[in-house]
Amino acid sequence: MRLILRIWRQKNRNTKGKFARYEVNDVNPDMSMLECLDVLNEDLARRGKEPVAFEHDCREGICGSCGFMINGVAHGPLSGTTVCQLTMRHFKDGEELILEPWRARAFPLVKDLAVDRNAFDRIIAAGGYISISTGSAPDGNAIPVSKERADAAMDAAQCIGCGACVAACPNASASLFTGAKITHLGLLPQGQPERDLRAVRMVTQMNLEQFGQCTNIGECVAVCPKLIPIEVIGRMNHDYIAGSMREPEAGEA
Amino acid sequence: MSSIAIGLRENKAVRLWDSTNGKKAVMAVSGFILFLFVLGHMLGNLQVFEGPAQFNRYAQLLRTLPEGLWAVRIILLIMVVLHIVAAVQLALRKRTARPIGYAKRKPIGSTYASRTMYWSGPIIFAFIVYHLLDLTSGNLNPNFIEGDVYHNVIASFSNPFVSAWYIFAMVLLAFHLRHGLWSMFNSLGLTHPRYTPALRRAATFFAVVIFLGFISVPIGVLTGIVK
Repeated sequence: MRLILRIWRQKNRNTKGKFARYEVNDVNPDMSMLECLDVLNEDLARRGKEPVAFEHDCREGICGSCGFMINGVAHGPLSGTTVCQLTMRHFKDGEELILEPWRARAFPLVKDLAVDRNAFDRIIAAGGYISISTGSAPDGNAIPVSKERADAAMDAAQCIGCGACVAACPNASASLFTGAKITHLGLLPQGQPERDLRAVRMVTQMNLEQFGQCTNIGECVAVCPKLIPIEVIGRMNHDYIAGSMREPEAGEA
Repeated sequence: MSSIAIGLRENKAVRLWDSTNGKKAVMAVSGFILFLFVLGHMLGNLQVFEGPAQFNRYAQLLRTLPEGLWAVRIILLIMVVLHIVAAVQLALRKRTARPIGYAKRKPIGSTYASRTMYWSGPIIFAFIVYHLLDLTSGNLNPNFIEGDVYHNVIASFSNPFVSAWYIFAMVLLAFHLRHGLWSMFNSLGLTHPRYTPALRRAATFFAVVIFLGFISVPIGVLTGIVK
């Protein structure tokens, strides 16, 4: 099948970017979106042109490296997938696809479709962990966790940090990401001692990174490849507000 | 545990207000109080169908205690100011959070009501200003008679343009409430996946009830049921 790709090309942060139009004629419908870009890049390299930069790693939808906008939707039209798992059979022969990088102040552009998502790592570093002594593995069932809680924690823990939530949000909010991290640790017994401080620190870092506000409209949930539910944002707000009230103020502790 | 968290401000209230989440919590609480007023206002309005005596008696009842009336007015004014200041500050932040927009963007997961909050809000505010000048102070109502609320309502709504503008504002209010009444629970962290569908249904229900309740008055006047 044949596809027309209009791809955002930008050499680096300091140069101006623009859309470039490419025709890819030998697209196999079973290829993934990334493999389609591989085919294009091989052709560009053969002709001595600069290949399109995009991020990728596992190519099985679990690492969170890949992602860009396809026709205005993060990760493209198929729900619950990353672009590496989006096969070309979901497009029509001769269709024109507009590929754009994630757009957010907190995600500065690196090149073409690749953006710098270190802001997410800094949010995790601010509190997305539990402080426990390492050693031999604890006994199974030593800490009881109800099935319902374990399931909800694992649902939130599925977040792969791809950034689609930020990309799809009209306010470039990182609430679904931060909410998923706060929820997955906050639902489990191991996460309780640091629950207040974690929420306050992670949310404070999220706001410092210049992500926008959450208006609960649900665009993030619709594009999330792991289908993280919007209630993780409610949980983040709950833990943040409660934690802000309880945590000692600076200079008080 | 010492408070070494990054960028923590000295005062809890200041810190909360400084965060986008804190401002949304303020919008949720102020929005809820304004919703309670709107609900009460709508229920009070329905007494217009019981005739001039009952309706004017109700209007007088609200004014028996001027201190109480002004206390409610001041609380509502504070809520309106908080709601608008937070909304404006967040709207400005939305711009800085995405300086470069998309060439193409397709909404797939949001409702029309939720995407148009920044439009419905300011138009509703403009309506409230007009509404107060029309039926509370009477400046914009050519046939205004101080104290004869029933007469004033009919004088105002007999003009189809006034009624149309009123109904249009109520459509926007219904849209605003349809999203806001659910959103406030998530902003305050009072949601759970099990109750979200019920919460959304309740939000739609109250939005529709408030819409129908309010528009029944101008429609009643225009059709001659209220005269």
